[in-house]
Amino acid sequence: MTVNDIKNILDCELISGEGYLQQEVLTACGSDMMSDVLAYVKDQSILLTGLVNCQVIRTAEMMDMICVVFVRGKKPDEDMIQLAESRGIALMSTSHRMFTACGLLWENGLRGGNSLS
Amino acid sequence: MSILKLHYEIDGEDFTRAGEASASVKKRLRQLGVKPDATRKVSIALYEGEINMVIHAHGGDIDVEISPEAVRMVLADRGPGIENIDQAMKEGWSTAPDEVRSLGFGAGMGLPNMKKNSDEMQIETVLGKGTTVTMAVYL
Ligand SMILES: Nc1ncnc2c1ncn2[C@@H]1O[C@H](COP(=O)(O)OP(=O)(O)OP(=O)(O)O)[C@@H](O)[C@H]1O
Ligand SMILES: [Mg+2]
Repeated sequence: MTVNDIKNILDCELISGEGYLQQEVLTACGSDMMSDVLAYVKDQSILLTGLVNCQVIRTAEMMDMICVVFVRGKKPDEDMIQLAESRGIALMSTSHRMFTACGLLWENGLRGGNSLS
Repeated sequence: MSILKLHYEIDGEDFTRAGEASASVKKRLRQLGVKPDATRKVSIALYEGEINMVIHAHGGDIDVEISPEAVRMVLADRGPGIENIDQAMKEGWSTAPDEVRSLGFGAGMGLPNMKKNSDEMQIETVLGKGTTVTMAVYL
């Protein structure tokens, strides 16, 4: 599955990162707690979240993620967009809620991958 | 690769900028060709520590020393100190206020995660004076 597939499945608005649409996504994770993402996530390449602040982008950066999807129609601000652009992270927004967004991706074959024990 | 020393002053009042030091270190490690695994460990451990300095301790100083053998990190703050280190090291223990939790932190996972991602970790703390966390990740 590519970032572009995720965009289509979740009917996302692409906010930034046009150039990363063809990148491969192997696994995903969803969380509003960055603490948990940092502690439990391993090689997931996309983050679904309802949290909107710069630390979401930082967290994705530290975890080598390539894309952040904001659920419930949330939109990042200009600072976040700039930060994401400088770090090579695509940003998208979907109007679906977290549960539905994760369900749709799962239904289409995307999985959560392994977490650190 | 000779020894590279980096110094950062962490602004404790600016949550938005928290993580800049860790991001900068991560970039340097990449440029130096350090293995992705070790780079990730340093990034996570340092970022958790940097966030702690901002949300619990009004900022401080971070010193990083990169040698061919290891990345050594010293995070020194002049915050309130930690009353009980054993308790603070437990997963799930947090004194973070709701305000911090609404920012996506405060699950009590940071210190244990720093321990997990580092090969050496040491905490020195004096109540009312501050905390110094020292970590090393072997290369
Ligand atoms: N630099 C520090 N100065 C003072 N107290 C600290 C410091 N770092 C950690 N603590 C204390 O230790 C507790 C546990 O820290 P830890 O990083 O594990 O969790 P947290 O920061 O509360 O939440 P999380 O890291 O999951 O976002 C904190 O809630 C705080 O009381
Ligand atoms: Mg913490």
